[in-house]
Amino acid sequence: MESCNCIEPQWPADELLMRYQYISDFFIALAYFSIPLELIYFVKKSAVFPYRWVLVQFGAFIVLCGATHLINLWTFTMHSRTVAVVMTTAKVLTAVVSCATALMLVHIIPDLLSVKTRELFLKNKAAELDREMGLIRTQEETGRHVRMLTHEIRSTLDRHTILKTTLVELGRTLALEECALWMPTRSGVELQLSYTLRLPNPVGFTVPILLPVINQVFSTNRAVKISPNSPVARLRPTGKYMPGEVVAVRVPLLHLSNFQINDWPELSTKRYALMVLMLPSDSARQWHVHELELVEVVADQVAVALSHAAILEESMRARDLLMDQNVALDLARREAETAIRARNDFLAVMNHEMRTPMHAIIALSSLLQETELTPEQRLMVETILKSSNLLATLINDVLDLSRLEDGSLQLDIATFNLHSLFREVLNLIKPITSVKRLFATLSLAPDIPEYAISDEKRLMQIMLNVVGNAVKFTKEGGISITAFVAKSDSLRDPRAPEFFPVPSDSHFYLRVQVKDTGSGINPQDIPKLFTKFAQSQTLATRNSGGSGLGLAICKRFVNLMEGQIWLESDGLGKGCTAIFMIKLGIPGRSSEAKLPLVSRVPADHVQTTFPGLKVLLMDDNGVSRMVTKGLLLHLGCEVTTVSAGDECLRVISNEHRVAFMDVSIPGKDIYEVAVRIHEKFSKRLDRPLIIALTANADRVMKENCLRVGMDGVVQKPISVDKMRSVLSELLDHGVLLEAQ
Amino acid sequence: MEVGQLQRSFVEFTESLFREGFLDAQFCQLQQLQDENNPDFVIEVVSLFFEDSEKLLNDLTRALDQQDVDFKKVDACVHQLKGSSSSIGAERVKNACIAFRNFCDELNIDACLRCLQHVKQEYLLVKNKLETLFRLEQQILAAGGAIPMVE
Repeated sequence: MESCNCIEPQWPADELLMRYQYISDFFIALAYFSIPLELIYFVKKSAVFPYRWVLVQFGAFIVLCGATHLINLWTFTMHSRTVAVVMTTAKVLTAVVSCATALMLVHIIPDLLSVKTRELFLKNKAAELDREMGLIRTQEETGRHVRMLTHEIRSTLDRHTILKTTLVELGRTLALEECALWMPTRSGVELQLSYTLRLPNPVGFTVPILLPVINQVFSTNRAVKISPNSPVARLRPTGKYMPGEVVAVRVPLLHLSNFQINDWPELSTKRYALMVLMLPSDSARQWHVHELELVEVVADQVAVALSHAAILEESMRARDLLMDQNVALDLARREAETAIRARNDFLAVMNHEMRTPMHAIIALSSLLQETELTPEQRLMVETILKSSNLLATLINDVLDLSRLEDGSLQLDIATFNLHSLFREVLNLIKPITSVKRLFATLSLAPDIPEYAISDEKRLMQIMLNVVGNAVKFTKEGGISITAFVAKSDSLRDPRAPEFFPVPSDSHFYLRVQVKDTGSGINPQDIPKLFTKFAQSQTLATRNSGGSGLGLAICKRFVNLMEGQIWLESDGLGKGCTAIFMIKLGIPGRSSEAKLPLVSRVPADHVQTTFPGLKVLLMDDNGVSRMVTKGLLLHLGCEVTTVSAGDECLRVISNEHRVAFMDVSIPGKDIYEVAVRIHEKFSKRLDRPLIIALTANADRVMKENCLRVGMDGVVQKPISVDKMRSVLSELLDHGVLLEAQ
Repeated sequence: MEVGQLQRSFVEFTESLFREGFLDAQFCQLQQLQDENNPDFVIEVVSLFFEDSEKLLNDLTRALDQQDVDFKKVDACVHQLKGSSSSIGAERVKNACIAFRNFCDELNIDACLRCLQHVKQEYLLVKNKLETLFRLEQQILAAGGAIPMVE
């Protein structure tokens, strides 16, 4: 026998079984080797496997098992001792590793299982979050709908559009079957169906407002689920359908008066409208919380939008009213202006047209009086004269009074001879008094100056009126006129306690008393005397034919002269005294006293030269300036020439009586110069008269000139005669009445 | 020449001036202003007019010669000239100025240049005529006669 170190296999060499075992072992080995490879491959791929070293261990275990099985392959046949040793080693190692692995797995498997639990937990959490996000999204959708709805509702200010749009949009957003709005009627006891979404024009549906369901809805500002069978929800015959859920919400109707200045509308607003929303019938839809919220928000917005619409309506109405009033006022104003214009035109016409014939009649009758007449003729002529004088006076009175009334009358202030005025008055009444065989006396105090400054014509009028009245109402005896300068102690008269005249250096107060021995006046009637058109019955005599305007006009003139007028009488039959005090200017240091301004000269007598009259001429054109200067020199004036506005203002002084200004000077505007001259001379009497010279004196130019305070406009070219009459008129009247 | 003849030619000449529109009533006014206080009034005014007008016409020529015509200045000069000429009664010059101003308003350079020529022409004509008139006056005075009044 060979002594080999061979080991005898345990099993008999049964060929088939051996073969199967052999193959199986081979495959096992293969598998055992490939499993770790796969493991390694996949673990390398994955990033999160936490137990790598376990893998190593496992891998070792498997590899060794594989090795064992592989080595087993050799043991099927005769094999050497080495193989047996290797086999044994492998098996031992395998045993060790397997046991280690088994021990290890005890620790590891619970861990792995818990990982799984955590995974499950996280999955659940994720699902929950998804759900919540779904909800949030829905809410956002809702919010978007609300915003859109609100925008739609608020984009119009028309009440109907607002309500209609609300219903339409709500219907669309919430996919409603029906949406209706019930508004309170005027009486407030019923709700009337006003708007619906799908029903055609709703007419006549009303429900009483005191239904419990309605109360329930009105008592809270939340949307309330109501029964589909309640009268507000039963809009259509429901028939076979299962009606959908119905929700109702109140819509406060705010009124303008609810908005106090500092408050917001309180919940005491009593008027609500009812909005009813119905879900589609057959669907199993329910009202969700967010949908209810949406409905509430919309209801509020609608309330606000409606109140805006109401306010707008109010303000539009107020504006229309104002516009109508404006139109009416404008019309009234224009009518008034037309009336004033008509009156002014009338006055202007009367002024000229009526006075001219009057004067002719008066003048010619007086001339006739001078001729040889028989007594009857004389009487007739006297009557004519008297009547025409009366008529003339009447005309003048009416004209003056209307000018006085609207304040457009201005006194023509000029210097005049006071003494001769009184004498003239006396001369005028002398004929009448001698006819009536009355005496007339005049006594002037010695301290009355010879010249005074005031409106001579009007003063004459006052005097004539007062004196005329005195003569009129005196049948026997006579009248006496006294005049003196009022001193401070006599200034205050018990009759006129409010009158505090204060004389000064440039003014004095003239007191005139006209005493008559006539029929007197009842002291109670005295206040009435000065009112227009009022005539006391007791004063009516056969001579009185006055319109009753005389004293009223006198009073106004006296007031314009900053004075007072009153009557005193001791009673009927005891005569009467008329007293008036007026403020007159004293012609002072200025050169006025030297000038022969005897304006008693009638208007058609024109001075031929004006010696010593200082004038200022402003013209920038050398030739034109020279010509005008020559013209003025020819008329005897002393001329100072300037060529520009600045120079003019520098040179002008109160010695210059007239300043002629050519309109077309460049630089400083002529109007500005005029204004500056006014500013420079505050007292009217000091200021030189300003006359504009222009080549085209149209109406606009004249108005502009007069507006800045110029005293006249003269059209160029100026002839010698024209300049002469201009200067005359200026010196007589202080103003150019017509632009020449 | 003897005085009567001189005076007659003076009257004829003056009348022709008025007839042909060189002078108007304003010139008569000027003559009325001449008195013993102011014996040379008319001549002085007319000389001033000549000086003034020459200056204005030069200014106008220069102004219209510029690249950028300053119409405001042109208008102002024409206005002055119009004023002067109407002050002494140079009617045709005045009318030419009025036409000039209208074209100025329209900012029409060519028309303005034409107008300027026209104005210059009229001015020279009236200057000529007035100088002749004054010469005649001097001759009459030198011959010992008096200047006849022309209505």
